[in-house]
Amino acid sequence: MGRTLTFEIFRYNPTADDDRPRIDIFQLEETARLNIFTALNLIREQQAPDFMFDFVCRAGICGSCGMMINGRPTLACRTLTSDLPNTITLYPLPFFKLLGDLSVDTGVWFREVAEQIESWIHTQTEFDPQAEEERMDNATANKIYEAERCIECGCCLAGCATAQVAPDFLGAAGLNRIGRLMIDPRDQRDEEDWFKLISTDSGIFGCIGMMACDDVCPKDLPLLEVFAYIRRKMAAIGFSKKKEKAAAV
Amino acid sequence: MSNIITTDVLVIGAGLAGERAAIASASEGLDVIILSLVPPRRSHSSAAQGGMQASLGNSVKGKGDNTTIHWLDTVKGSDWGADQEVARIFADNAPIAMREMAHFGVPWNRVEGGPREVYIKGKKTTIVEDYDKEGLIAARDFGGTAKWRTCYTADGTGHTVLYTMDNMVVQLGITVHDRMEALRLIHKDGKCVGAVVRSLRDGEILAYMSKTTVIATGGYGRIYGESTNAVINEGTGSWLALQTGVVPLANMEAVQFHPTGIVPTDILVTEGCRGDGGLLLDVDEYRFMPDYEPEKQELASRDVVSRRMKEHMLKGKGVQSPYGEHLWLDLRHLGETHLKTKLREVYDICMYFIGVNPIKDFVPVRPTQHYSMGGIRVNKDGHTYNMEGLFALGEVSCWDMHGFNRLGGNSLAETVVAGMVVGKQIAEHAKKTALVADVSLAEQFVQKEKKKIGHLLNSVDGENVYELRDEISNLLKTHVHIFRTGEGLEKATTGLQNLVKRVENVKVRSKAPGMNPELSFALRIEGMAKQALLIAQGALNRKESRGAHSREDYPARDDTKWLNRTLARWPDSHGEPLFEYEPVGVLDLPPGDRGYGGGQQISMEITVEEYNSRVDEEQKAKGRLDPVEPTGTRLPKEAWKEVL
Repeated sequence: MGRTLTFEIFRYNPTADDDRPRIDIFQLEETARLNIFTALNLIREQQAPDFMFDFVCRAGICGSCGMMINGRPTLACRTLTSDLPNTITLYPLPFFKLLGDLSVDTGVWFREVAEQIESWIHTQTEFDPQAEEERMDNATANKIYEAERCIECGCCLAGCATAQVAPDFLGAAGLNRIGRLMIDPRDQRDEEDWFKLISTDSGIFGCIGMMACDDVCPKDLPLLEVFAYIRRKMAAIGFSKKKEKAAAV
Repeated sequence: MSNIITTDVLVIGAGLAGERAAIASASEGLDVIILSLVPPRRSHSSAAQGGMQASLGNSVKGKGDNTTIHWLDTVKGSDWGADQEVARIFADNAPIAMREMAHFGVPWNRVEGGPREVYIKGKKTTIVEDYDKEGLIAARDFGGTAKWRTCYTADGTGHTVLYTMDNMVVQLGITVHDRMEALRLIHKDGKCVGAVVRSLRDGEILAYMSKTTVIATGGYGRIYGESTNAVINEGTGSWLALQTGVVPLANMEAVQFHPTGIVPTDILVTEGCRGDGGLLLDVDEYRFMPDYEPEKQELASRDVVSRRMKEHMLKGKGVQSPYGEHLWLDLRHLGETHLKTKLREVYDICMYFIGVNPIKDFVPVRPTQHYSMGGIRVNKDGHTYNMEGLFALGEVSCWDMHGFNRLGGNSLAETVVAGMVVGKQIAEHAKKTALVADVSLAEQFVQKEKKKIGHLLNSVDGENVYELRDEISNLLKTHVHIFRTGEGLEKATTGLQNLVKRVENVKVRSKAPGMNPELSFALRIEGMAKQALLIAQGALNRKESRGAHSREDYPARDDTKWLNRTLARWPDSHGEPLFEYEPVGVLDLPPGDRGYGGGQQISMEITVEEYNSRVDEEQKAKGRLDPVEPTGTRLPKEAWKEVL
């Protein structure tokens, strides 16, 4: 027999003068293969027409529906209720600005990070429409793709202890983006540029190594490896700078 | 007084087409604002998996490919419904666009020299890639093509290209206002000067005024309910055009059903599954496609494969399930490594959403609404009919390189190619246009929308908007699907005519300030109902079968009567739609057999020359603005003879 699920959901509409944060409780009959995407739409259509949340692709690809499901940041669209107990609590992702109920403003935050780390390929080469493309080793292309798979859902930041106390921390998503650019031979930034950008407390040295990001990443990005790579690289540059300084003295 | 924001170019939609067009204008020093329902990287372009067609010819199975062969495949794929000149502009520019995206940073899969094992037509085969092509952009096989020419990054092509494109948008400092929905275009005397916009953050209604306005909002798949499309694809952009009363939507009856939506959930698994060797099986685990399509097998064009699947299920060979009938997609032989690298998204989708491990199990699939070939009619520069200063590109438009069926990999490529080509025309238009900051005109349009919203919020009695949505989608699903009959289409048309009236009487229960999701949806429902009617009525009118439009009562493609494009306008908001027809464009490849699909044809009674002689004048009479270069200039004469 199907279960009756109880949803305990954080509700708050910041645009309503008289609204206060609260928990609303909804009940829903579980059907086969019910996921949180379908469940929330049913709740909105049948019980709470003003209920705010975000879905776009509903296929685990676009990164819109990150939320706290029973205390864990993850993608709601691909979370099946059958993997959860009878009571399901839903909160918006922490760290990001709350827009209403379960909807948070990841877009503006990621745009600011993209500006800060200049997340485009830095090159002096002009595009020549008549020329053959510059060649690239396929292994390199695959490696870049692996890091490029981040969907900027924000789950890593919601799960990150540093981010909760240091709002300017780039987080795993920001650092992964830098790692992706560092391994791209088309990006002509040199070690000095990278060092300036991320050898800071808001960059790689802000991370205190608890690695919740790696645990919660819905795309299974190899964040441990990415962090290790960047740290090693930054440490090496740091040491050589120190040596240069000592030699100069 | 409402808030008014001015800019040179206003782009509505931040998917690949909109962003590439915005880049074209920003690169020329113009001010650009992009509006988007969602953060740009969440746009539906990000969900495209398989790849982009371009005849680079680097892979050994693409050897000898060129833009003419790509163009021919596209025209045949369209069942001759395409504008052949536009298909040519597309095919000629696709290789440049792929290389440009490589330059911008897309990690395209690259050729590795030497032997490798692949599956072709169900058989394991060894192919040897050229060492001298090593490191150039590689390609995989897709349906309806003579060569392997689909460029890709695993099965996350849309994602990587969109992220790369959005990085360019950031680099150029282009302003993006996300969570904004355009409700109505501001226009006067056939000239578009901006849009009335509602903020999905706080509900504010404001006006954007621009020299040039661009619609790039994608398709309307959600009107069908069961669709591979993202939930934001509700036809909001094409509705903007339809509301003007003068801009026609074209070929709305041309709807693509993708062979492999998974069951349940309707999420897409890419055509790359079959391109890489995946097979379609029936209830007896029998591979049926070679019986229907001996030459192309699983890789005929999408309209044909979907039709064959449906046909086979009607013979009782489908698999019964609690979620309806389906067939199987067998990927097991491709092996774990392939499924966890080149088809990794597919693997994840199957595992997470339906609990199927494609390494070991069959994937349940059925044809599912996927793409709209039709849309806002534009000339070859992307300029809409009857409305100066309004452009459209990407899926929302009917530029018309796809006709009645588009090939897999051609629409994702279209976004960046049209972004380049149409983007250039948008920039040119903005450069030679003065900003008309007609504040009172803007205020007039803003007040109309405010009144409408006030009316909805004050409704005490009326219909439930979600129930209306379901009634609309049920009519389309039942009667305007893969196979269509006059009787079914009559029912759909009558039902939708009724629904068009009923959507005027919606009750919004939620009075919450701010985004108010129910109000947001109520503001879209009229557009959904009216576009559904255009789809059904367009299909009822078109008494032939062409591409994805398949009439059981008119099984032949009729080039005497129907080698034309449907144009539908809604001149008076309370009246009925007006249907007109125009020639598809100048022909070079004469209508003939596609080489797959087994359809019958009624040949043209006039010569190609006679047909071509009427094109320019007749299109002009329907409101087509003069393109910068005369009609036909980009279509080389008898190019097809070089290859056929």
